[in-house]
Amino acid sequence: MTAAEIPQSRGLRGALSDWFWRNPGMTLFLMLLPPLLWLGIIYLGSLFALLLQSFYSIDEYSGLINREFTLKTYAELFKPANLDIILRTVTMAALVTVGSAVVAFPIAYFAARYAKGRWKAIFYLGVMLPLWSSYLVKVYAWKLILAREGILNWTFAKLHLTWLVEAWLALPIVGGNSLSVSHTGTFLVFLYVWLPYMILPIQASLERVPGNLIEAASDLGATPRQTFWNVLFPLALPGVLAGSIFTFSLTMGDYIIPQIVGTSRRFIGQAVYAHQGTAGNIPLAAAFTVAPILIMGVYLWFAKRKGAFDAL
Amino acid sequence: MRSDKEGARAPLGLKIAAGLGLAFLHLPILLIFVYAFTTEERSYQWPPPGFTLKWFGVAWGRADLWEALILSLKVASLATLLAMLLGTLCAAAMSRTKFFGRESISLLIILPIALPGIVTGVALRSAFNLAEIPFSFWTLIIGHATFCVVMVYNNAVARFRRLHGSLMEAAADLGADGFQAFRYVVLPNIGTALLAGGMLAFALSFDEVIVTTFTAGQQQTLPIWMLEELVRPRQRPVTNVAAMVVALATFLPILLAYRLTRDGDQTAGAGK
Repeated sequence: MTAAEIPQSRGLRGALSDWFWRNPGMTLFLMLLPPLLWLGIIYLGSLFALLLQSFYSIDEYSGLINREFTLKTYAELFKPANLDIILRTVTMAALVTVGSAVVAFPIAYFAARYAKGRWKAIFYLGVMLPLWSSYLVKVYAWKLILAREGILNWTFAKLHLTWLVEAWLALPIVGGNSLSVSHTGTFLVFLYVWLPYMILPIQASLERVPGNLIEAASDLGATPRQTFWNVLFPLALPGVLAGSIFTFSLTMGDYIIPQIVGTSRRFIGQAVYAHQGTAGNIPLAAAFTVAPILIMGVYLWFAKRKGAFDAL
Repeated sequence: MRSDKEGARAPLGLKIAAGLGLAFLHLPILLIFVYAFTTEERSYQWPPPGFTLKWFGVAWGRADLWEALILSLKVASLATLLAMLLGTLCAAAMSRTKFFGRESISLLIILPIALPGIVTGVALRSAFNLAEIPFSFWTLIIGHATFCVVMVYNNAVARFRRLHGSLMEAAADLGADGFQAFRYVVLPNIGTALLAGGMLAFALSFDEVIVTTFTAGQQQTLPIWMLEELVRPRQRPVTNVAAMVVALATFLPILLAYRLTRDGDQTAGAGK
């Protein structure tokens, strides 16, 4: 592009441009101001307001919120019923995390080490498309699948395995009247919906493993199996940990999946939703949200120490 | 480099596990496409007793569905626009220099999606309540823009980092002022990354349901419509069609964003 195509700047615009050039600090400040004001005031402000309200309490008789500092609401969290909710949610989040790591690993491993050219693109889009498809559409799909008259029961019937489903549903805790109202159903939907979040970081960490490391291992006489367990797997662990941040956090905060596919036993998200909504008990809802924030805080601290953030 | 040996073959077990995994990811979505054509009205019966195009017509004529769709498009466009503005400013500033508090700012930007959606939702809702701001179209926009910023930011900051500082200096040497350098040098280089980020932000906002339930008043976006239908199924066939259309509508921006970022990998002055 020649200089003649760009008109020389003069006047106010030129002066402004010069000022920006001479004051990089101020320019930086002015650039950061709008986004920081937005996130700082609207987002952090709301979060602090919420935290503050968790130290209020609700008057049991009038149902009005008592704006005095108290730890009463937090004490309520430790009632057996509420503790149960937290425990159930954390257990589910942990199971979903382990489950998705197991399912995700072969996909990520194949995509990172064996898929080439066109297959690479297919695997990439094959993970990206489900990741970005509408959350509700995915949940809806599982409602169709798990329905009593749906495809899963039909398949089992065709394979003459209905007895297997029934035996599973007869088990305590994981069972229920049908798959769509059991913890097994909830687990499957969670696993499905968050799986791509686990695949991508594992794949990224496996792709960073240099090929000559594998060659060195085999030069030193390691069998492929030994190479995998002693070289590749340890290097992929930060990726697994990075993925687990997503699966864990997303499962803990979700209130829609257990409401649509699952038992009537509540998860944290549902408890928050119910307390802030019809019950009007904002302090308890706020205290309930502190539980996942704290758990995630500890989790993130641990993950950071193990180098998961470099794998993001 | 991963081509340890030419012709290194994947073990059969791995191939099967990876293939099954991909199938697991895609079959449920394909099922949605089949159900959109079913003649069954009252249950989720499989296999469908028959196929029909009738429900497309019925869904087309539904005013509530159209309203929800249009509202969703409006919210997503406005939120994306805001997020693009804020996210680009932030990315440009963050990639320029190292300064005190830089780490905290990047944490602040990812916080809205790192924390569970319900935390963001309840926090915003209680804040609007405290400030006595009535829930409206605008509270919805504020909620959506907040978690969309990170999408644009992530895409833009990666590109800004690869954009060499010497390019700006070269532009200045050739007599361009700051605005001209931005318009003629920076923008063409980051354009596709911005567009990709914008599309992802749009897709995120278009689909978002958790923050939406907490920040909307009477407004019904498409996801809210779907959610009500999921909790209390009333018109299953219409929902089937809506689900299929939504699934298709989210595929397009993703494919486009993929193309844009893939082709944009060769940034001028990247030097790598």
